Amino acid sequence: MASIASRRLAKELSEIKSEGCPVGINLVKADDFATWWFTIEVMGESLYQSEVHTLQFRFDPQYPISSPAVQFVVTDGRQSPVHPHVYSNGHICASILGNEWSPVLSVIAVCVTLQSMLASCKKKERPVDNDRYVRNAPDNPKKTQFEYHDDTV
Amino acid sequence: MSSDYDFSDEEADDVFDDEDMGMEDDDSDGDDGMDMDDFKVVPKTSRKAYELEYDSLSQPAIEKLMEQDVEHIRGIFGVDASTASLLLRHMLWNKERLIEKYMDNANKMLVAAGVSAPEAEPPRPSRRPSRKPKSPSKDADAPFVCSICFDDAPDLVPRALDCAHAACTGCWAAYITSKIRDEAEHACRCMAEGCALVAPDVFVREAVDEETYQRFQELLVRHFVSCTSHLKFCPYPSCTNTVSCPAAASKSSLTSVVPIVSCGARGLASTSSQSMTQSQELVRQATGKEHKFCFGCIIDSDHRPVVCGVALLWLKKCRDDSETANWIKSNTKECSKCMSTIEKNGGCNHMTCKKCKHEFCWVCMGPWSEHGTAWYSCNRYDEKGGVDARDSQSKSRASLERYLHYYNRWANHEQSAKLALDLFAKTEKKMEEMQVTSALTWIEVQFMKKAVEEVDKCRMTLKWTYAMAYYLAKGNQKDLFEDNQRDLERAVEDLSELLESPIEPENIPTLRQKVTDKTVYVQKRNQIVLEDTADGFLEGRWAWNVTVDGFDAPEE
Repeated sequence: MASIASRRLAKELSEIKSEGCPVGINLVKADDFATWWFTIEVMGESLYQSEVHTLQFRFDPQYPISSPAVQFVVTDGRQSPVHPHVYSNGHICASILGNEWSPVLSVIAVCVTLQSMLASCKKKERPVDNDRYVRNAPDNPKKTQFEYHDDTV
Repeated sequence: MSSDYDFSDEEADDVFDDEDMGMEDDDSDGDDGMDMDDFKVVPKTSRKAYELEYDSLSQPAIEKLMEQDVEHIRGIFGVDASTASLLLRHMLWNKERLIEKYMDNANKMLVAAGVSAPEAEPPRPSRRPSRKPKSPSKDADAPFVCSICFDDAPDLVPRALDCAHAACTGCWAAYITSKIRDEAEHACRCMAEGCALVAPDVFVREAVDEETYQRFQELLVRHFVSCTSHLKFCPYPSCTNTVSCPAAASKSSLTSVVPIVSCGARGLASTSSQSMTQSQELVRQATGKEHKFCFGCIIDSDHRPVVCGVALLWLKKCRDDSETANWIKSNTKECSKCMSTIEKNGGCNHMTCKKCKHEFCWVCMGPWSEHGTAWYSCNRYDEKGGVDARDSQSKSRASLERYLHYYNRWANHEQSAKLALDLFAKTEKKMEEMQVTSALTWIEVQFMKKAVEEVDKCRMTLKWTYAMAYYLAKGNQKDLFEDNQRDLERAVEDLSELLESPIEPENIPTLRQKVTDKTVYVQKRNQIVLEDTADGFLEGRWAWNVTVDGFDAPEE
């Protein structure tokens, strides 16, 4: 199993290195097959202009059958974007990271999806239940059963 | 069972020693069959009013039922079994609706069930065309690279559903296994993003190992049972049986019947690992509880004679109220003017109600103005003011009292039922004792065990009669019900006392006679209560003093 995960990640990594990342997305570090970091920036007109956020991917040995654990990094002065689907601890409520994850999706596909999620945002605000969630949130966002209530943003 | 008992009982004392052993043997064999694990639900020819027709089904039997449905659909639509199964699952095993909808628009149905892909899907603008899964059939000369694991070994076997989203066998296996084992999902969709095709059974079988496929079958059975209203899973831990009870399939039927069923199995799969002595083992077998549960509600024990709606109402009330009510009763009094509940936690007897400012005496409950100079001690207990105040107080307490009256009796029987295990052990000992002190054989002392079982059963009935009586509207019907209840209770208490009485060797024959007689009597009384109540439900004879789902509203 582990070999599938590492082979797949190796392949994704080599494609990133040879083809480069899409605009606004940059690889920060991918030293092993457990944790990768990317910076993500929304290009063009948007509420998040000139903000740069850091995304963390954590992979378990079942990747890509099971989804990666994706969240914004909120340590060392980095901040999570203020968005109705992003909690202040960096956790992201997006169906693609939960029950709509599909093994054909890739790390870059997730980055692009999250980028467009930010780009289409119309009002900068935290999720309504932010405080309650952050107080009790598990370390790994995959342990949270999100309810995907809103498809518009 | 009752007829067996009468029979042996009549014979028992006339011909004591040289009793026809063959007959006794038959008798006990029959009973053993009921007690041990190979208990079968025999469709009784003479069903009592309080018994329902039901059937116990094992997992293979359910699988067979599913197969029949699949076969039926397969025959009508002319599709293969996997497709028929997918269609049925999509329509929650509702054959009629499926046939109707399929005849209406077969294609739409097939797409919705994940059998075939929607035709001419508008090509979606892909964000990263280079990452789109390649369909291997199109460019045959390019070597196959699995789009999941990116393996390109030449011996890799691509597999795909009808949508041609190919992946290697290993990835499919890992994916479907994780769906089945981790998510308990029987509908495994294609791995490609946005593809709604569901893997048919044949595909699943080829993809996963035997154990996972079995789990898959189990999930299908669960799905089937939960979709079928006349089937219900046995709620006992690790029991895989299903009970079919068409008579209680609809919600409306639950106002006229109490569908207590048994899945046929007994006892729990060994709860304690410590080795038991022989007698303990016997106790376990005897008390190894039959898997009795209610088909209509979530109560997993016998709540006859009362119907589900009322039983649930009562349980809820007990959960919410009983402790609080007890505390209120013993620690508070009510203001004789505004009826607020007051706890006196110190100070003198001159009370001033915080709410209505009424001044009264805590001891006699009369108004303080009548007390004159008797400041600190009340000697006016019989004065009119005090009597009146206590009268009105007692009225408001009456409803609480009433509830506690029923609750305490209910709880008492429940407690006694819990002690039944002790009683069983004690009785075992007594039975051994009897064998030593008298010439009776093991089989001949079985009457003790019988009696204990009967007492236990009746206490169960009695317990729930109190829940029922609490909610019954006042009137002749209730009086009759309580008469029956009283007769049963008296008989049960008499029998319990007999069972506790000391054993003198010279008394054993009389004791045996008495116990057997009483057991039969108790059994009859229990049947009367159950039967009369069940008949009452069928005739719509019972009226409640509260609103119960499915019944007429209480008369004012």
